[in-house]
Amino acid sequence: MNVGLEHYLVVSALLFSLGLLGVLVRRNLLVIYMSLELMLNSANLALVAFSRFNNNLNGQVMVFFIITVAAAEVAVGLALIVALYRKHQTAHVEDLTTMKL
Amino acid sequence: MDTALSILPWLVLFLPLLAAAVITLFTMNDRAVSAKLSIGAVCTSFGLSVVFIALAGWEPVQRELATTWLNVGDLQVDFGLRLDPLSLMMLLIVTGVGGAIHVYSWGYMRGDRSVPRYFAGLSLFTFSMLGIVLANNFLQLYVFWELVGVSSYLLIGFWYERPSAADACKKAFLTNRLGDYGFLLGIFVVWTALGSLNFSELQDKLVENPHALGAMTTAAGLLIFCGAAGKSAQFPLHVWLPDAMEGPTPVSALIHAATMVAAGVYMLCRVFFLLEIPGSGALTVIAWIGGFTALLAALIAVQQNDIKRILAYSTLSQLGYMVMAVGLHGPTPAMYHLTTHAFFKALLFLGAGSVIIALHHEQDIWKMGGLQKRMPVTFWTFLLATLALCGVPPFSGFFSKDEILAAALQAEHGSIGLFLLAVGVAVLTTFYMFRLVFVAFLGADKSEAAGHAQESPGVMTGPLCILAVPTVLAGFWGIDLLYGKVFVSGTEQAGKALTWWQHLASPFLHAPVAAACGLLAVLAGFFAARALYANAAQDPLPQRLGALAQAMRHRFYFDELYEATVIRAHDLIAAVADWIDRWIIAGLGVRGTHGTTELVGRALRLMQTGNLQTYAFLFVLGVALVLWFVLGK
Repeated sequence: MNVGLEHYLVVSALLFSLGLLGVLVRRNLLVIYMSLELMLNSANLALVAFSRFNNNLNGQVMVFFIITVAAAEVAVGLALIVALYRKHQTAHVEDLTTMKL
Repeated sequence: MDTALSILPWLVLFLPLLAAAVITLFTMNDRAVSAKLSIGAVCTSFGLSVVFIALAGWEPVQRELATTWLNVGDLQVDFGLRLDPLSLMMLLIVTGVGGAIHVYSWGYMRGDRSVPRYFAGLSLFTFSMLGIVLANNFLQLYVFWELVGVSSYLLIGFWYERPSAADACKKAFLTNRLGDYGFLLGIFVVWTALGSLNFSELQDKLVENPHALGAMTTAAGLLIFCGAAGKSAQFPLHVWLPDAMEGPTPVSALIHAATMVAAGVYMLCRVFFLLEIPGSGALTVIAWIGGFTALLAALIAVQQNDIKRILAYSTLSQLGYMVMAVGLHGPTPAMYHLTTHAFFKALLFLGAGSVIIALHHEQDIWKMGGLQKRMPVTFWTFLLATLALCGVPPFSGFFSKDEILAAALQAEHGSIGLFLLAVGVAVLTTFYMFRLVFVAFLGADKSEAAGHAQESPGVMTGPLCILAVPTVLAGFWGIDLLYGKVFVSGTEQAGKALTWWQHLASPFLHAPVAAACGLLAVLAGFFAARALYANAAQDPLPQRLGALAQAMRHRFYFDELYEATVIRAHDLIAAVADWIDRWIIAGLGVRGTHGTTELVGRALRLMQTGNLQTYAFLFVLGVALVLWFVLGK
């Protein structure tokens, strides 16, 4: 079987949808966070696939940037989650409704 | 004219305002100081007016002192003072008669709680009236016109705890507003047509081109007359004046003699050039309204029993005379009568006030009587003023009334109907005034209070004596010649000084018919009053006249008529307007907008759950929507 661009893109779309589903339905902040990372990486996968099949390195450069920024984001995000947990003794989103006045 | 001299008129105008301001701001707790300030201001104004006239003469070289007040587009309005015999004479009357009334007030109001407020109002009133007198343009005149309305409101309603006084001041103010509305429209018409508000500019323009107002000539005249009809209480806006008696008696004297009601007639004379344009029908209407008011008021006065109300209707009647004189192309007689009337009507009111105080606020003439012996000064001065009002020679009223009668007989503008009407009013005038004198001052005591009456103190009788002098002598001072200089062009009357007997004889020489009829009218009125009221214990007229006397007593039911028509209609309109305001504007407009906004807000608020995942879901939904919109089509 010859693996083409479409296969990669389908996998990427599947991963993205799974990630989105996770963000929408899971209750634990950490799991939501992991789902978010999954969405980011599905985008990375699509970029790499485009880069490979179009013989254009721009996509791969973009992926490096995304990985770097995502690492920084994870650091900030996890720190926020820890801070939230310390304050509220919970990491469940239903309990975190302080955005509503 | 040098600067020092030209400051004087400004001082005359603003001193009373200064007094009013100082009293209101600083001395509201000090009765004596407030009274002195107010009296001092008006007396100083009088003194300065005399000095100014002595130095600059009756016809100053510089006829106008003005500074620019407003400059909007092509409308330029000055704040200026107009100085001619007309305004200078009025200046003397307002400050002179007003001054006597101020002094008298200090005696009359001595027992009152709020003397400072009273004197502040009095000073403001004087200031406003001086402003009208000195105004050199329509806008300034109108501003002071309204100020007179406001200050009269404050003074008529001085005893505001009494419902009747509170109603009376509202009535006076609203009735005046009605007239002022017409006046304002008239000013607009004049300005639109002639492009100026300054009196002398307007006069020049109209002399140049008498048809400048075109089809609006009559309308402009009548609209301006509306203002005068309000202030000078002419039919059909006459109803406020008798009710204005609710104020303190000196205020009545001030309103009736020197200020307020004089403003209307003065204004008509000031803008006489606008009214006398050939082809204008305004003067005819004015003459007949004046004549009708004179007759109506005189008839009502015959059957009133309140001493102040008799005098009030007498004022109405005399104002009718003046307005009629203006309508008969006779501003000179009108102003002459205004002047003499100011003297003797102030005297009459102050005399009435003296009686009222002596009888502890009793105003019914049928509860007086026998005051001749107990209050000699009041009685004699009152009698002098009565004689002057009736037009007995050689008192001042005779000369001015005679000139009005003569004006009615003139071949050119006269009207025999108005002449007969005026003579009839003269009969009635004498009749009701001597009815008052016979019942209130002569005969037996009609009540216990009258038996114990005592003469008023010197602070009250002093002004009476001072006012008695011009009441008797003003006819010999040539005041009419002075006014004549303003209105009669050429040298017709100028510069003739007459000796006193020439003065006395001149009415009989100029217009013998008028003078003779006037004298006959006085005699007829006097003997009729003597026959009916000398030693009468009660009024014999109601039995003799029946329904007519009843109608006179009830003021020909004008108040009731207005109540049933004007006020009813007004209430109806007000109710409709209230309904529209309450349900359409406030209900649908304001509350509708507010309600819709709030409802939408409440609905949107439901979406703000605070739950992270709801937001994320909505966000995704939005993205999906955009994607579908961009790609799906």
